Amino acid sequence: MTTSDSELKDLYQEVIIEHSKHPRNFRTIENATHSAEGFNPLCGDQLTLTIRLSNNVIEDIGFVGEGCAISKASASLMTSALKGKKPEDAMILFTAVRTLLTCGPESKVTSAEVGKLAVLSGVWEFPMRVKCATLAWHTMKNALEAKGDPASTEADS
Amino acid sequence: MKFDVARLREEFPILKEMVYGKPLTYLDSAATSQKPQQVIDAISRFFLKENANVHRGVHYLSERATEGYENARLEVQKFLNATHASEIIFVRGTTEAINLVAATYGKKHVGSGDEVLITEMEHHSNIVPWQMLCEEKGARLCVAPISDSGELELDAFEKLVSVKTKIVAVTHVSNVLGTINPIKRIVEIAHAYGAKVVVDGAQAVPHLPVDVQALDCDFYALSGHKVYGPTGIGVVYGKSELLEDMPPYQGGGDMILSVTFEKTIYNKPPNKFEAGTPNMAGAIGLAAAIVFLATLPQDERAEEEKSLLEYGTQALSAIPGLRLIGTAREKVSVLSFVLEGIHPHDIGTILDREGVAIRTGHHCAQPLMKRLKLPATARASLACYNTRADIDQLVAGLHKVQEIFK
Repeated sequence: MTTSDSELKDLYQEVIIEHSKHPRNFRTIENATHSAEGFNPLCGDQLTLTIRLSNNVIEDIGFVGEGCAISKASASLMTSALKGKKPEDAMILFTAVRTLLTCGPESKVTSAEVGKLAVLSGVWEFPMRVKCATLAWHTMKNALEAKGDPASTEADS
Repeated sequence: MKFDVARLREEFPILKEMVYGKPLTYLDSAATSQKPQQVIDAISRFFLKENANVHRGVHYLSERATEGYENARLEVQKFLNATHASEIIFVRGTTEAINLVAATYGKKHVGSGDEVLITEMEHHSNIVPWQMLCEEKGARLCVAPISDSGELELDAFEKLVSVKTKIVAVTHVSNVLGTINPIKRIVEIAHAYGAKVVVDGAQAVPHLPVDVQALDCDFYALSGHKVYGPTGIGVVYGKSELLEDMPPYQGGGDMILSVTFEKTIYNKPPNKFEAGTPNMAGAIGLAAAIVFLATLPQDERAEEEKSLLEYGTQALSAIPGLRLIGTAREKVSVLSFVLEGIHPHDIGTILDREGVAIRTGHHCAQPLMKRLKLPATARASLACYNTRADIDQLVAGLHKVQEIFK
């Protein structure tokens, strides 16, 4: 297998493909307390995130929209991981995931920190695709911080 | 003369590059074309031997640079069959060309209640400048519809033209669909109501011979880099009588005859529209690209392109789950497509690792994507240096994409 092939295998791991085909929490949450829209202007990806926060815990979270396998899988994995978490823990997880996506194995992010989200680690070998993976996370941050502006991934590279 | 693609490819050094250890299959020429050696040489020769500022110095090098720059204008005049060289204005590219027309002719002649007519298949650069103009002037932006196959609905277009229409802005060839628009007919309809026609020729000039007198269009815009020339240089052609009457675009050096603090007398076209030191090397590179194109046997090249487009259309259509986007009867070799259940962005990444470069996304045509009810497409766009082997590589890559997503 060539390097290129093994990098592709790292990117499109089975879990990623599976989540992209059958995204979890792919719906709009009823009685949402927080919501935000995210855009990736490079490829036209768009998602809307809705969150119901109760007693400072993410009680329910869902997303709808259009995107590539990486952005869909990332949103699916993120929503699964954040249910039951406090917003401040969601932010800590975002920081860890972002480091994992941009620095790869160098980042020394452990699977204890990110759990299942470790399957996103192959993305770092594809710098053009980092924004696809971070879109849902930026949108989540904006939603929780109650910013009205749509999230954009332009600061990532 | 036979069209010898193998020999032609030798003139494009970049085509020998390897990416990820695989030979480059370049299918993104609608984004930017690759450059033949003679264009690279012309630019490098300018900086090695001829560089000086134009239109100013009396010294030897300045004369050489001025001659090179003005000869480039003559080459473009011949290329578009314009009546006068002064009808050729150098700009940065098609985007600036259209902005120039909107900011000069548009600002002078479009007023409150007037209309600017575009089509559903326009690139953002032929939408946004008109939107900005209409907003400023209280004018209305009207949009002519296209059919599902990607052809302009000419009857509907005709119904939208009226005496209120001041400008019709339309692409000659769609960057997403490959559709060739019937510019001559569009111009006849528009002129019957006194509207002027601005043609976005960015995607047309690499594929079709363009004769602005035969088309009778009022403005024609193009980019050098899409037609084997360098980036940062483009052209707007305008009919003499319109250019004479238009206010300047930007103020500065070179666009003036005399300046006092009380009053400035503007230069004549084309200089009136070319403030500041121009992109001399760019213009010279573009001229070299035009000379290169002229050396290709035109009929054989057109024949080759047609046969390659047919080959590509058939090869892609044979892939299960693949749908071609843009199937106009008259089209250039642009193959946009979607694959069932797989996002174009993922297609692009996997093909890239096979050495196959295509474009994925909305192609700066978001309203068109909305009309097609697609978030994005994958697009393989061909140029004179592409072969059936390139199409075969693309098809093999697409099988790999489907393998990964099966």
